Amino acid sequence: MMLSMEGVHAHYGHIHALRGIDVEVQVGEIVTLIGANGAGKSTLMMSLFGSPKATAGRIVFDGEDITRVPTHEIARRGIALVPEGRHIFPRMTVIENLQLGTVHADAANYEADIARMFAMFPILEERQAQRAGTLSGGEQQMLAIGRALMSRPKLLLLDEPSLGLAPIYIRRIFQIVKELNRNHGMTILLVEQNANQALRVADRGYVLQHGEITLAGTGAELLASPEVRAAYLEGGHA
Amino acid sequence: MSAVVFARHAMTPAERLRDAAWVAFVGLVLGIPMVGLTTVDAGGRLGVETRFGLLAAVVAAVFGGRLLLRWAIDQARNRKLERERASTATAADRASGALKLVNFLGWVALGTAITLPILFSDNRYVVDTATTVLIYVMLGWGLNVVVGLAGLLDLGYVAFYAVGAYSYALLSTQFGWSFWEALPVSGALAASFGILLGYPILRLRGDYLAIVTLGFGEIIRIILVNWTEFSGGPNGISSIPRPSFFGLDFTRSPAEGEQSFAGFFGLEFSPMHRLIFLYYLILVLALLTHAFVSRLRKLPVGRAWEALREDEIACQAMGMNTTHIKLSAFAIGAMLGGFGGVFFAARQGFISPESFVFTESAIILAIVVLGGMGSQMGVVLAATLLVLIPEFGRGLAEYRMLLFGLAMVLIMVWRPGGLLAHREPTLRLKPLQQSAPAKEAAR
Repeated sequence: MMLSMEGVHAHYGHIHALRGIDVEVQVGEIVTLIGANGAGKSTLMMSLFGSPKATAGRIVFDGEDITRVPTHEIARRGIALVPEGRHIFPRMTVIENLQLGTVHADAANYEADIARMFAMFPILEERQAQRAGTLSGGEQQMLAIGRALMSRPKLLLLDEPSLGLAPIYIRRIFQIVKELNRNHGMTILLVEQNANQALRVADRGYVLQHGEITLAGTGAELLASPEVRAAYLEGGHA
Repeated sequence: MSAVVFARHAMTPAERLRDAAWVAFVGLVLGIPMVGLTTVDAGGRLGVETRFGLLAAVVAAVFGGRLLLRWAIDQARNRKLERERASTATAADRASGALKLVNFLGWVALGTAITLPILFSDNRYVVDTATTVLIYVMLGWGLNVVVGLAGLLDLGYVAFYAVGAYSYALLSTQFGWSFWEALPVSGALAASFGILLGYPILRLRGDYLAIVTLGFGEIIRIILVNWTEFSGGPNGISSIPRPSFFGLDFTRSPAEGEQSFAGFFGLEFSPMHRLIFLYYLILVLALLTHAFVSRLRKLPVGRAWEALREDEIACQAMGMNTTHIKLSAFAIGAMLGGFGGVFFAARQGFISPESFVFTESAIILAIVVLGGMGSQMGVVLAATLLVLIPEFGRGLAEYRMLLFGLAMVLIMVWRPGGLLAHREPTLRLKPLQQSAPAKEAAR
């Protein structure tokens, strides 16, 4: 087991954002979380990362309880987050961005990792001296993913990677997610509003509603499920 | 027909001539009443006289000037076009060009700074003003760590300057510490105040952070005004010892058994010796500050500061401890401010809370912002401008602050990112060179 959340609750002040979440991610899986705006998808992702901290329940990563571990420590244990909205460092160059992904990684791997990222995202090599803020949205998303991969994580968290991108980049991003998983054995937890695409690449999925998991199953099962189709795929017609 | 052409393309010589002729004609029409005719006092009556010779000269000047202007504009445009066509690896080239310019400016500034007191060795005013510029440069570099690199808006920076100044003043007058003994201790004290301020505001950002730091600056000043037994209150602290030159004092008549600077070197005593020594002292302190900050910027801690400025959420996602990053920025910025304060106290020989008002914080912040956040050379330019503008404006008496404000507004309008907004990457491009031959081979 790579990750398990057992009965996790989380609060933002008085708002009870997560109400007893049980989620599991096995080694080598792509697991996706789908749900409407405000269902708690991003909160779930962030509470995994210790911000906000879970108010009840247990989060176990790689056999260790990380429920009370500070955020920066969680990153060091091998979870990399690609935050919603990319959050690249806009005034720094592409290569500096990549380098900042290795803050707590072994410096000896640096050259090899950079070469790996450039092989995976050739556009980043071309743009390496450019300020990251001048990249297009899709390129920024690739940079954000590349930066997260620089730390050689065991688990990659992707928060809405297709948000605000052109259709051609959305396809590319999902292709990258698949490639990372198939060719590099990366375990991925993917939060998406784009339920259709997300469920197609995912091994398993969870549906989140008002801070609770209402449905779980394989990607294909969820895609076929009438509730999911009604709520997320066919514009809300029951 | 549009006569005066605002050409977007380069003009032919004929076009240029016609354009200049039209402008000269407009000049002639306007010039007849304004230049061609003039009133003279003709025995109590007002008479009109003509000055067609002068008018002709003016029109000729307009014609020639316009011709020259158009020609110069076309030249500049052609050169720009050529440059754009010629350059292939544009972004990196332009960046290295900017870097070269900044480097060149830096060497010029350093050369000027070193030779200035030699050239003006008998001009007290120049050396004094230059010393003031250097104090602000040093403070600007200190605040640059907090605001420019770490992106934490600090409106109370003068508090650390005050802590440094009062530490030295008290240590020297109460306990007889020398300048060199007090310098590191005062810096450490200022750094601890930086951490003291940093802790409660770790969670604050932007405007809220600015307000709390503003309050902190005021608290320090108000304590200094009111705690009379400790700080002398509004009267301040006077007769603070001046730094000595390796134990040699700058006095006319040294104490029994001691030697003065002038006596030791066999020079005739001059009050300028001390001023020039102080000037070089702050120059050395400022250069050390610069070396220190530039070095830090290339180390992980410096990169972490810049990353924090860019995006705090991403920093956390990368596993950076934002608490440590913020506190280290506050501590180091405060320490450098404290060093500046020590020098200030030693130079003035007298300090009072009046020297540490909010306006000082605002000016130091303005230096960082006008210089271009995070740019070391920009701080030098901005500090020089902001100190010299009010000095040159002394002739304008009460209007000089107006000039000061106007200059700030103009800089922000023309260079919204600051005088030197270019940010030099801390990382060189290694993999590109490695992969270039590989690409050649692949072809």
